[in-house]
Amino acid sequence: MADLYFTDEHEWLKVEGGEATVGITQYAQEQLGDVVFVELPEVGSSLAKGDQAAVVESVKAASEVYAGVSGEVTAVNEALVDEPAKVNAEPESGGWFFKMTLSDPGELSGLMDEAAYKAFVEGLG
Amino acid sequence: MNGTPEDDLRRTPLYELHRALGARLVPFAGYEMPVQYPAGILKEHLQCREQAALFDVSHMGQVRLEGPGAAAALEGLAPLDAQGLPEGRTRYSFFTNAAGGILDDFMTSNAGDHLFLVVNAACKAADVARLEAALPAGTRCALLEDRALLALQGPRAAAVLARLAPEVAGLRFMDSRELELAGLPARVSRSGYTGEDGFEISLPADSAAAFAERLLGEPEVAPAGLGARDSLRLEAGLCLYGHDLDETTTPIEAGLAWAIGKRRRAEGGFPGAEIIRRQLAEGPARKRIGLLPEGRAPLREGLELADGTGHKVGRITSGGFAPSLGRPVAMGYVEAALADPGVALTAELRGKPTALTVAAMPFVKHGYKRS
Repeated sequence: MADLYFTDEHEWLKVEGGEATVGITQYAQEQLGDVVFVELPEVGSSLAKGDQAAVVESVKAASEVYAGVSGEVTAVNEALVDEPAKVNAEPESGGWFFKMTLSDPGELSGLMDEAAYKAFVEGLG
Repeated sequence: MNGTPEDDLRRTPLYELHRALGARLVPFAGYEMPVQYPAGILKEHLQCREQAALFDVSHMGQVRLEGPGAAAALEGLAPLDAQGLPEGRTRYSFFTNAAGGILDDFMTSNAGDHLFLVVNAACKAADVARLEAALPAGTRCALLEDRALLALQGPRAAAVLARLAPEVAGLRFMDSRELELAGLPARVSRSGYTGEDGFEISLPADSAAAFAERLLGEPEVAPAGLGARDSLRLEAGLCLYGHDLDETTTPIEAGLAWAIGKRRRAEGGFPGAEIIRRQLAEGPARKRIGLLPEGRAPLREGLELADGTGHKVGRITSGGFAPSLGRPVAMGYVEAALADPGVALTAELRGKPTALTVAAMPFVKHGYKRS
């Protein structure tokens, strides 16, 4: 059973067996609009919580995707390079960005669960 | 932050319609404007290239100049052959400063008993003040606050508009007429800023929303926002004031010499004429160019351009993803010696050098109806 966490920068982290899959939320993709370019981290790179991990560009602007926790990148979703629109179509499944290890699982306690994130987004109006 | 509080933003006559259509509204030039509708910028852009798109450009300034000497006074501010502009024709020009820099770019139509100008929203107050200060006694300048401005653009625009007024079929690119459109007094110009055939329609503000809804009821028409307007004009190689043109950029550097008529080149008589005429004769030190970045990453406004040796040679002034081409494109300024198509340049994107090639513009062929 995977646990789902959310950041206030609108990333989601699906944690399964000590590894997190990271992507951007439905709300984030709606705000961005049509995604035309994704820059992914390098497999093996180390990320500290809060580091810029990836870049997502819509027609209008570039935005950063941050590491919600610390760890090492173990995989990236190469499909996004050729098909960035997957981020719009399936933000919380096929449009994942990268997978990473958790060097400090305790950091997860600082993130939101699904209900808290839903309330957070509603609060943004 | 020193921005305008949202409460102070102005709304166009189509504001309620934008909301009803589900637009995302953003502050732009003091107005709350639709940046996109639910279809999204990519679809709205392609809609305009393939069918017809309706844009609300009512934030732009519509100015009526009338009275004796109006054309001559306008010529004192801009290198436009206003006195030689035939009735029913529209021309592109720009207000210049003493250094030959561009204060705003605008369209002028000869409406017979007056001149009709369309100027940029962010510049309209300054433009009107500039005109008022220059006009002789008995000549009037009015910002038309009771008119909306719609742009119907795309290869199907003419067929759609001809259903409401068959005579628009007879207009050529840059023709302008007073017409009755669905019973409304309208000024229709066969012009726009997307690179496509199309029309700009000035009509009474209080009837504009109903008229827009009528156009949107036609099967070929869908609404498009400022996002698509920007990507369309970039593909068409058209300058956006405040980005590709500003007070430090001359029309010659910007590649807009074509908009300065023969008589005005010969006679001068507009601000910065000496500098502009010298640049016409000797060539400018820098030129506006098109750029094709290598790879998929958009290279955006503000990035510095370097030559093969790393020497800084210019800057990107507009850049982004070109939906019709499925790749990034950009425009900017470089030293004149590096402005030829094929020249290889680099820009640093997020710490990594990225290759670009100077390319001819427009990136997408214009669809204007010239004959």
